[in-house]
Amino acid sequence: MDRKIDHIKEQLMSGNITRREFAQRLMVLGIAGSSAGTLLTWAEKTQAAAKRGGRLRAGIAHGSTTDSLDPATYENGFMSKINYAIQSHLGEVDHTGSMSPELAESWEPQNGAKTWVFNLRKGVEFHNGKSLDSDDVIASFQHHMGETKSPAKSLLKQVISIRKDGKHTVVFELTGGNADFPFVASDYHIAIKPSKDGKINPTDGIGTGPYVLDKMEMGVRFFGKRNPNYFKADRGWFNELEMLSIVDPTARSNALATGEVDVIDRVDLKTAHLLARKSGIKVEETTGTKHYTFPMRTDTSPYDDNNVRLALKHALNRDEIVEKVLYGHGVVGNDHPIAPSQPFHAATLPQRTYDPDKARFYAKKAGGVKVQLSAADAAFPGAVDAAVLYKEHAAAAGIEIEVVREPSDGYWSNVWMKKPWGACYWGGRPTEDWMFSTAYEGGASWNDTFWKNDRFDKILIEARAETNQNKRREMYFEMQQIVRDKGGVVVPMFANYVFGTSDKIAHGTMAGNWDLDGDKFHERWWYS
Amino acid sequence: MTNILKIIVQRIALGLLTLFTISLLITFGVELLPGDLAESILGQGATPETVKVFRTELGLDKPAHLRYLSWLAGMATGDMGVSLANKREISELIGLRLSNTIFLGGFAATIAVPLALFLGILAALYRNTFYDRAVNVFTLTSISFPEFFVAYILILFFAIKLGWFPGISNVSTELSFGDKLYRTLLPAATLTLVVVAHMMRMTRAAIINLLASPYIEMARLKGIRPMKIIMRHALPNALAPIVNVIALNLAYLVVGVVIVEVVFVYPGLGQLMVDSVSKRDIPVVQACSMIFATVYILLNLSADVISIVTNPRLLHPR
Repeated sequence: MDRKIDHIKEQLMSGNITRREFAQRLMVLGIAGSSAGTLLTWAEKTQAAAKRGGRLRAGIAHGSTTDSLDPATYENGFMSKINYAIQSHLGEVDHTGSMSPELAESWEPQNGAKTWVFNLRKGVEFHNGKSLDSDDVIASFQHHMGETKSPAKSLLKQVISIRKDGKHTVVFELTGGNADFPFVASDYHIAIKPSKDGKINPTDGIGTGPYVLDKMEMGVRFFGKRNPNYFKADRGWFNELEMLSIVDPTARSNALATGEVDVIDRVDLKTAHLLARKSGIKVEETTGTKHYTFPMRTDTSPYDDNNVRLALKHALNRDEIVEKVLYGHGVVGNDHPIAPSQPFHAATLPQRTYDPDKARFYAKKAGGVKVQLSAADAAFPGAVDAAVLYKEHAAAAGIEIEVVREPSDGYWSNVWMKKPWGACYWGGRPTEDWMFSTAYEGGASWNDTFWKNDRFDKILIEARAETNQNKRREMYFEMQQIVRDKGGVVVPMFANYVFGTSDKIAHGTMAGNWDLDGDKFHERWWYS
Repeated sequence: MTNILKIIVQRIALGLLTLFTISLLITFGVELLPGDLAESILGQGATPETVKVFRTELGLDKPAHLRYLSWLAGMATGDMGVSLANKREISELIGLRLSNTIFLGGFAATIAVPLALFLGILAALYRNTFYDRAVNVFTLTSISFPEFFVAYILILFFAIKLGWFPGISNVSTELSFGDKLYRTLLPAATLTLVVVAHMMRMTRAAIINLLASPYIEMARLKGIRPMKIIMRHALPNALAPIVNVIALNLAYLVVGVVIVEVVFVYPGLGQLMVDSVSKRDIPVVQACSMIFATVYILLNLSADVISIVTNPRLLHPR
């Protein structure tokens, strides 16, 4: 019930329904009397509070001269935020972590979730005046399929065909059932762009988003103006949006402290408490799916022995790592990649704690553990420090870890998935299935532990097509347990997104799927 | 005069040879770095298939020497090519950045050079006095701190505590000239603090060096005022070393300011080059390094020419 209320709340906030419709839906849910009254007051306040106007100026920690507007090359936070400013997708992840409609008005699975029908919203216009129809959606998907450089290609491998059924309906045929397909179809790469003769122009910067691209200088600045025809009436509050690429953390804090920008992402964790003390500035955080890992290659000795893996998993003091590396801005991990905020997170699974005796026990069973851990700050900020702490914790259990400091430059090509044990980060994926099939399914291209477990792979495929939520929950619980006890990954922590804003900025409940309210701060926030 | 022309022509020819060598070194240097543009852009998302498609699209599947030759052919006709990463014309990409860099460098130079000469001449005039010591201590202190530290100190006092200037130099083409000066004053001041010491001390040393010469002593015996001795008799003869140091520092103001650019978020050429190197966007790296090298060569050339004009003896090396 709470979820349903949250959902209609979300719809009201996004302007998909009016206050009258909101009241009607409450009635449908059987909510009446005082609780309905509270909700209606809330609805009134929300709508009254949000105001139009102003120029939002943001300092973003990413951005490079080599960026490109082509959705197939989005790789950093700056382009991701531009993506959501100028373009829309079929659906969007809301603040509860579930999928809500965006350019698609609704969707339904057929044929055991092997066929998906997406009904497009009518009357949506691109910035160039073209009306959105099925052809645009199909061309936008095809940009990421077949001969393409797009990282979304592997996601869309499950799609056999896309066809249109009239002007506003698109039908996807999949190789196997996938109950989470709307999440996949709303991946940030797959921005819906206007098509001409069955092709999109990937770098034209035209979309249906809340801001129209006005000026763009790669690696420096984005400037956009409010899209007067934006299809969400109650989103996109600012008249103008200016985003600056400020890669240096100190410069970013300076920019916020001196009022040059109103929002910065990735506050320097070491000085976050000092920034928060300055008047006129708020430091806020969201817990999402971002997690830091130490993947071991389970196809390589000694990590092919589960005793070694268990010894190392028990030899880490997670609380200390969260305290010293994240400065408390995060939560401890339980050696699987599913975040506490996700719907099928196994909260009943006992938390793995620092236990030198157990670690010693498993190490003895394995005949002693002496290993090398490769780390660089490219893996995640503080990775080298975390590795050194790990070494000290393990030493108490008689396990010898030699920390190898690798160059940050080229880390992903030369160290990650090459060296037997290293550090890594995952932005996380919005669904359990997506995360598992990206990095834990046997043979997946990003399976950075080279781990294969038949039982795990079997339930993964079953759960994907299962539409009964309770059964799915059980299956995902079991999978989390398998990864935790048999997998090759140490997941010490989930890191919060920490950002700073001027106290003139207001917002509703924030999403945690990406930084800054799901990278949609520009359309969801407003000046109070 | 013809001798000078001959020297200039010789130097330009040598300069072109230097440029050619640099372009070779840069190209193959970047080539030696691990990874290429396709891998860096795709990052974690690089799978063998997507990287292959991307490489073919970029022409990175061709061998390095062929790519270098086609770049060289383009460069010879004045075509710098397009950025591999986003297909933009490099001339257009660099144009704005270069004008920003020159603006900042020029602004810093108009403060720093006269200031350094003025301080240096006064220091020579009042050598070994309290003033001389104070100026030396101050300029040496500011050059001894790393640039980013000087920049942060200026930001702390003038942007955060006093609020007189913006903490970052967000310049865009819409700004008026005055606004631009205002927004770039802090970075220009940082650069000034960093370069003044070198020029100031060279001015002082060169002049003091001459003050021991017999013709200066003669001037002094004639009863000419000390200030006039320095300005009229010592300075013209001391120009050669001073001009050389100034040229070196001007070159630094154009090519060495990347740290100041990062701290003040100033969109100059240095950041463009750093971005391009880290993403292995070779044509942009080549274009930037050519510009930097040309600046160095031209400034050194003009320094030499000015030295020779002020001291014709240099035309006839023994």
